[in-house]
Amino acid sequence: MTQETAQNRKSLSIIVSKGALDWAYPPFILATTAAAMDMDATLFFTFYGLGLLKKKLDLEISPLGNPAMKMPIAGMHLGMPNLVAALPGVTAGATAMMKNMIEKKGVATIEELRDIALESGVKLVACQMTMDLFEFKKEDMIEGVSFGGAATYLEEAVKADVNLFI
Amino acid sequence: MTDKTVDARGLNCPLPILRTKKALQEVPIGGMLEVLASDPGSMSDFEAFARQTGDELVSAEKLDAHYRYVIRRLR
Repeated sequence: MTQETAQNRKSLSIIVSKGALDWAYPPFILATTAAAMDMDATLFFTFYGLGLLKKKLDLEISPLGNPAMKMPIAGMHLGMPNLVAALPGVTAGATAMMKNMIEKKGVATIEELRDIALESGVKLVACQMTMDLFEFKKEDMIEGVSFGGAATYLEEAVKADVNLFI
Repeated sequence: MTDKTVDARGLNCPLPILRTKKALQEVPIGGMLEVLASDPGSMSDFEAFARQTGDELVSAEKLDAHYRYVIRRLR
């Protein structure tokens, strides 16, 4: 790539603050697609988003406090009352159901999108403060992650064409 | 005649675009890539992809059960 095209490249930055199975999708979908469209992409993982960089992902989804989560069951879309959603095992059940739907509909897994992100040069930055706060060690995280703070993020964000907080 | 084919049928957003980009990099500049997809959103996405990357969307057709795209790698 010539220096001129490098300067002309568009870029995307996203603050990734949530780590549930559903919330993990938008940042990885957008960052991998941005890279495919010749854009530079940076994901900054903070608070609950930081868990998305762990070697072993165990992502879950809960209908608790999530009234918009209506699953397609027997031709209908069914929600779940909070009192039921709070029962033990419901999170595991909802997660299994969602993962099954993801597979059936040809939707990528988060692991797959994360691998593509790394391959295609998406910059993955772990918030160092959150690392300390939640007592994560660098060796808990996948290879290819860099570590930084607010200034590291802002240096990318100030020159990015698209900035999102998810 | 195309140089390579990606069969992205059965895959959902953003996988058809991601597979396309990967395959496009294996086609010589000026070469043609054929993509088959079933994602109904892919028509709009392939047009946007080509506009942004500067590659040429030579054809985009809706066939009976899927979509067929031909892209010429320009850069």
